[in-house]
This record gives sequence, structure tokens and C-alpha cells, in this order.
Amino acid sequence: MKVTVDEDRCCGAGTCVLLVPEVFDQREDDGVVVLLEAAPAEGFHAAVREAANVCPAAAITVAETA
Amino acid sequence: MTSTVDTSPAEVPDFPMERAAGRPFDPPPAARAKQEESALTRVRLWDGSTPWLVTRYAEQRALLSDSRVSADIATPGYPSPAPLPKDGGSRISFILMDDPEHNRLRRMVTAPFSMRRVAAMRPAIQQIVDDRIDELLAGPRPVDLVEAFALPVPSLVICELLGVPYSDHDFFQENSKVIVRRAASHEERMAGHAALSGYLERLVGEKEANPADDLLSGLAVRVTAGELTRAEAAQMGVLLLIAGHETTANMIALGTLALLEHPDQLALLRSSDDPKLVASATEELLRYLNITHNGRRRAVVEDIEVGGEVVRAGEGLILANDIANRDTSVFEDPDRLDITRDAHRHVAFGFGVHQCLGQQLARLELQIVYSTLYRRIPTLALAGDLADIPFKHDGSVYGVYELPVTW
Repeated sequence: MKVTVDEDRCCGAGTCVLLVPEVFDQREDDGVVVLLEAAPAEGFHAAVREAANVCPAAAITVAETA
Repeated sequence: MTSTVDTSPAEVPDFPMERAAGRPFDPPPAARAKQEESALTRVRLWDGSTPWLVTRYAEQRALLSDSRVSADIATPGYPSPAPLPKDGGSRISFILMDDPEHNRLRRMVTAPFSMRRVAAMRPAIQQIVDDRIDELLAGPRPVDLVEAFALPVPSLVICELLGVPYSDHDFFQENSKVIVRRAASHEERMAGHAALSGYLERLVGEKEANPADDLLSGLAVRVTAGELTRAEAAQMGVLLLIAGHETTANMIALGTLALLEHPDQLALLRSSDDPKLVASATEELLRYLNITHNGRRRAVVEDIEVGGEVVRAGEGLILANDIANRDTSVFEDPDRLDITRDAHRHVAFGFGVHQCLGQQLARLELQIVYSTLYRRIPTLALAGDLADIPFKHDGSVYGVYELPVTW
């Protein structure tokens, strides 16, 4: 799995951090998403997909790779 | 002039719709019936306009994320909930703007609402909740839980975060009540806005001279730097002050009433010390009660095909999130309050780039309240009959005006 985030789209709602704090964080000065792990371990995949699904600004993209 | 209304006027129901008698926690049955028929339906507003009511979850999320949909109250077709001037005079900061203006302003106040910063407030919020419960227990019974607990807790929290003196709470709560009262006249609402704006402009001015470690001081620094006008900073303060206490206060009082009416769920919540259950109970109460019952308002700027309909540029949208949260294709048996269900996909905080900025703070406050109040007052009970409780049918935020309780 390869995760990318679009900082310009992010609205700082923090739902991704709520779901997977191991993979997502927020920038200190404006709350914009920070990607901690672009290739998260398999155990996080379901939660990362869910974070992308509920991201209100569609700022998270998940590419499933073999 | 051409009309885009293709339904016979007589068949278009009025909006807002009424809840069923004796079913205070459920959205209006007429809207639920529409949801079963179609994803989008026409409704008639106070001014005779007939925007689309978007009732289903999937279509609602799609439209709230669509860049062809505008949140700007001045966009043609915007379904205004009341006769407000569209000249910008009553634009409540960035919630009624589109990007990039919206994004620029929102980002100025996002940092204090981040997960980490909110989590750091946990001990302070727990202290506020504990202190208020101490006062409750020391005071008379029965007591109105709204005045004595549900309103003071979020007010104290948002005042601390913004840097607003809590000693002024009578003043800003009175004005904020007028602004969110659906039945308030245009003049009353404007006067409420003017009073709050003036108050916050003075406060921002004081913080320009003496900045402290609070959100308004952060805005005051930006005013000094020329990134923001003092009036813009004050408008953001008004928005956060109202949003910060009206919504959470109603979730505390209405959530408590819902739990008292569902004693099995209350017992389950009280008997568990699992923070995951407290978290899921909070999400479920947000979904089930969905206190923003007037829908998210938008205007369409380009034709969009959605849910078997074409919504045209210049038409209005009302995204009924309370109805979407009862969509059977997303939530099984949605009319049942079940604090063990995974309700986190709810749209009680909206969806899209305008999704509630303060949602993590609201979650934390509610989790602390729901895990503390009923445990410390295990015999908490309604003092009186449910039928006598005054519900805020006429408010832009649903809840109860009073909640007499005893223990």
C-alpha cells in the first residue's frame, strides 16, 4: 500500500489522526495533515482505507500495490 | 423568467418538517418517507423557494465534496434559512464562504483544534466537569441540567480556549441564543450579531496590545501583522464562541435525556470503564441525535447529475444530515440507539471542506461528560414527564430548553 496526502486540500478536521495516529499527524502551526508512514504495515491497511474514506476533503489517496 | 421547478407546487412539502409526537429523538417522518422514495426531493422554504432536500447518505457526501457546490450565502439559489441580508453583513465568517477565501481563514484557527492540542486539554476539561458536578451535588434538587451543567461546561471550555472572560457569559449566551433561535426576527438576529461582534472587536483590540496564550490573541497578532482585519477576527470569534457552546451544550442535555429514556444503554455505559465504549457511545449519540436539524445549505454553480436527478446551476441544496444518519444502507436498524455500534461514519459534523472544525474538541468534551456524569450521579433521573420537556423545535440547533433532573 502506498499512501499520499494533498496538503492543499486538507481542512484539518483530524479524522485521519483519530482513526490511525500511527500513520497520520497534524502540522503544529495550521493542523494540516502530516503523513508519518507512506507505506504502512499491513495491520494498518484497513484503518488507512477508512481514513481515506471518511476524509471530508478527499485529501488522502491510497494506492494498493502488490 | 423561467422556472426550474418541475414539480406541481401543491406536492412540494414545507421545510423544515415536523417531528412526530412522542418521538423527540427521531427526525421528521415525512423526510424519512422521502428518503425511501429518492435521494433528492423538492421542499418549499419560508420564502416560497423550492430547493432540493438531499436525504440519502451517499448523495449527500458526494455533493458536499463537489467543487460545483457553493457554501457562499450570496450565490444565486442559496437556500437561506431566514431573511438574512446577502450583502455579507451577516456572513458568519468562513462557514459561508468558498475556497480559497474559506481555506485561508479556516487555517488561521485550525491549529488549536488539532487532535494533539485538543487531547492536551483533557485534564482541564475533566476538572471543569468535576467542579460542575460538585456544585450540582451540593445544590438543590430538582435542578435544570441545562443551566447548571450542560451550558456551563462547554462555555467554560471555549472561553478558556478563545481567551474570553467567562464572567461575561450571561451577555454572550443571551445574544447567541437569539442568533440560533429559528423564530427570531431578522432585527433581533442582527442585533445579537452586532452586540457579539462589537464585544469581540473590543476584546481583539485589547489582545493586540496585550497578546496572551489563547486563540483570540493568535488572531490579534495576525491583525497587527496586517493578515486579517479586526472585524474579520471578531467574526471568527463570534462563530467559534457560538459554535463552541450551543452545539455541545445541546448534545450534553439531549444526550442525557436520550440515555435516561434508554436505561439499558445508560447502564451499559455506566458499567464499563472501556474508553472505546465511551468513544463509540459518543459517536452513536452524535449520529442518533444529530442536533443540526436544518441541514447544510448550499447552492449549485454548475449542473450536476446525482441520484437520478440533474441539479441545475442556481438551484439550492439542503443536505439533511439527520436523515442521512438514519440511512439504512449505511447504518443497520438506524432508529435504534445502540452505543456498541460503530457509528463513526456519521455526518453529524457535516462533510466536505466545511466539516466541523471543532469536532475533536466536541468529541473530547462529550466523552468526558458521558463517562463522568452518570457514574458520579448514578441515580440521575428525569424530574417530571418526558411529555413536559420543552424541545428546541424552533432552534437551528436541536435540543432541550430545560432538563429538570433529580437524583
